[in-house]
Amino acid sequence: MPQTILSRRIMAIWLPRLAVDRWRRIEGCAPNEGADAEPVALVAETAHGLRITAANDAGLAAGARPGMPLTDARTLCSSLKAVPSDPDGDRAFLERLAGWAQRWGPWTAIDAPDSLLVDASAVAHLFDGEAGLLADAQDHLAAQGLVARTAIAPTAGAAWALAHYGPERAIVAPEDDVERRLAPLPVAALRLDIEAVLVLRRLGLKRIGDLTKIGRDALKRRFRSRSPSANPLLRIDQLLGRVAEPLLPVVTVVPASAQRRLMEPIRHRELLDRIVADLAADIARELESRGEGVRRLELGLWRVDGEVAIRSLEFAAATREPTHIERLFATRLDDVEAGFGIELVRMRAVWTEPLAVLQADLDQGVRTPGTSLATCIDRLTVRLGARAVRRPVPYASHLPERAQRWQPPLVAEEASQEEPRFHARPLKLLDKPEKIAVLYATPDGYPKQFRWRGNLHEVARVEGPERISPEWWREKGHTRLRDYYRIEDCEGRRYWIYRLGLVDDGRGGLPDWFLQGLCG
Amino acid sequence: MDMSAFLTGGELSLSHSRVPRWRPGLGGESARHSEVFAAGNEASGAALALALALERLCEEEHEKRSLLWVQDEASVRLNGRPYRPGLPVTLRRRLIHVTASKPEDVLFAIEEGLRCRDLACVIGEIAGNPKACDFTASRRLTLAAEKHDASLFLVRHDAARDLSSARMRWQVRAAPSLPPLWNVEAPGSPAWRAELFRARGYAPGEWILDHGTKLSERRSILRQAQDERNSGRAEAGAEHSDTRSA
Repeated sequence: MPQTILSRRIMAIWLPRLAVDRWRRIEGCAPNEGADAEPVALVAETAHGLRITAANDAGLAAGARPGMPLTDARTLCSSLKAVPSDPDGDRAFLERLAGWAQRWGPWTAIDAPDSLLVDASAVAHLFDGEAGLLADAQDHLAAQGLVARTAIAPTAGAAWALAHYGPERAIVAPEDDVERRLAPLPVAALRLDIEAVLVLRRLGLKRIGDLTKIGRDALKRRFRSRSPSANPLLRIDQLLGRVAEPLLPVVTVVPASAQRRLMEPIRHRELLDRIVADLAADIARELESRGEGVRRLELGLWRVDGEVAIRSLEFAAATREPTHIERLFATRLDDVEAGFGIELVRMRAVWTEPLAVLQADLDQGVRTPGTSLATCIDRLTVRLGARAVRRPVPYASHLPERAQRWQPPLVAEEASQEEPRFHARPLKLLDKPEKIAVLYATPDGYPKQFRWRGNLHEVARVEGPERISPEWWREKGHTRLRDYYRIEDCEGRRYWIYRLGLVDDGRGGLPDWFLQGLCG
Repeated sequence: MDMSAFLTGGELSLSHSRVPRWRPGLGGESARHSEVFAAGNEASGAALALALALERLCEEEHEKRSLLWVQDEASVRLNGRPYRPGLPVTLRRRLIHVTASKPEDVLFAIEEGLRCRDLACVIGEIAGNPKACDFTASRRLTLAAEKHDASLFLVRHDAARDLSSARMRWQVRAAPSLPPLWNVEAPGSPAWRAELFRARGYAPGEWILDHGTKLSERRSILRQAQDERNSGRAEAGAEHSDTRSA
């Protein structure tokens, strides 16, 4: 038996009434007072109607049980109040609680839906022994309005089993025989699926002690699943520390930040630039130690008179170059009102991405001087705005102005079908098609002479029509179709024009002509 | 017999003066900063700039870098935005477009683009003759382009030929296209009448250029011959040679 596993001390915290306790916290009432004095049940919508997931003391006394349909409970107690349950909120609350539980040990894990595991190895002496640790935990949780059951054991499985089914504040000392201490607990303490528990109960195996008596071979033949939650043998091995059980610890991530508290409030721009440069260097150092690059930075400027100015900066690609950060912030600080002075400046990396530490390429700077694409995009975006720097991407639409969309330049292009090659499209498209006055139209339909922006154009060559129908699934029924013509006038200027509608389509009067594109 | 392949007298006289004549395919390696003057109601300026840029890009095989296209608001209104389905296939995935409200911002964006080593070339569009777009600004762009070995093609819509330090300056307008192979009634591949009125290292001249799959020269119109034909234009030419010497 590996000594390392059994020398650990795991504390399990079970919050049996987590959902109800949380509801009471939100209502802001003490146990059995105010809203909690009346019978209340938390319900969830299921395929078979509303079912109760939890009930308060008054509700339990009135006969409501978890898993019961709400209508059944209402027949027992007509005054039962139903409140929607919030499993996502409970989960988020438990995650926050797991971070808070690190006060009792450096490593905590969530055991959904309502338990926490804390690694309490070699920390018990800080709380006057393990009994003191359990009492402290229960006191603090009770102060938060949470009912808790706790236990300490050498393995997570054993601690969980004792917290759920063992005596109050159970402690299994390292020298104790774990198997003997857990023998009287029911098989459900093994954290098995309902089906596996049912099979064991049908076999007449009700306690953990029964399982250890009948021998491994018999159990191995019966339960072949590799999933621990369906295999009692595996669970017993985890319980006794014969097999390691990996658990996912909760890690609280603190965003990289740097701040300067100023002895003398500053009112001048040069000093502020200096401080921003210092902060950029600090945050770059911290990001480098974490192996991260920043995508969004926030700079908070706290003024003496209580005002806060916040400037944020978004980068096209993860970076941690102090000079780049400093340069971009320099353009964003022009409109900051210093008032009576700024006393605190804080820079925070709100959004970070992994960015490995790269070996500096000394050659590259000499070979190709100049900036990288991401730096260039950042500079353009900061001065001109995010909407000014874009990349055209195709979009599945027949309408020319909808067939092209714009997206940020460094975002990867989505896979799409290529445009058909047989359509000739203009090099440039006007934002809004401009109306042209057709002076003389041929019987075939295209104009022979038209006036656009005050100039007369004599059509020499023409190709068309290319008919593009309105998108009926999107547009209104009276939208007219378009007949596109590619034309060249007598001087060789090439345009893309269209007629909106037909003469006799019954969707308006005589069709208008528009010029939409300019060909190369 | 097709005589157009032979050099005419004027061309021969020019070849004596040891100034090479520009022709398509030459690229113009030394000219990092080119200006194209065109009317705002035709796309010839942008199209010629794009054709020249493509010629430059083709010199470098496996070029995957992006192309920066900067426009000011006035030129967007006047001449429209680049339209992806109408662009050359090789450029469709590589275009980054910038719109700036002021000409100063266009100049800033162009300069940032020239400084960037990950951009293949920069195409700029400015409408009219804004105050910001003076000789100092153009000199700044030329120096940036030459320092970072980047190419800039600046399209000037409806602009007068002001002072500029661009290494090649073109005046372009649309020319009737050759009829395409299948439908003689349809407009053909783009063609322009392009006049190189000032260039460093090349003699000025005028050409009719076609751009089917690549830039090619249909006809070279000799400047002197044209000057003889049209005395009014000859005066304008003299004016430009003054600019050149300035």
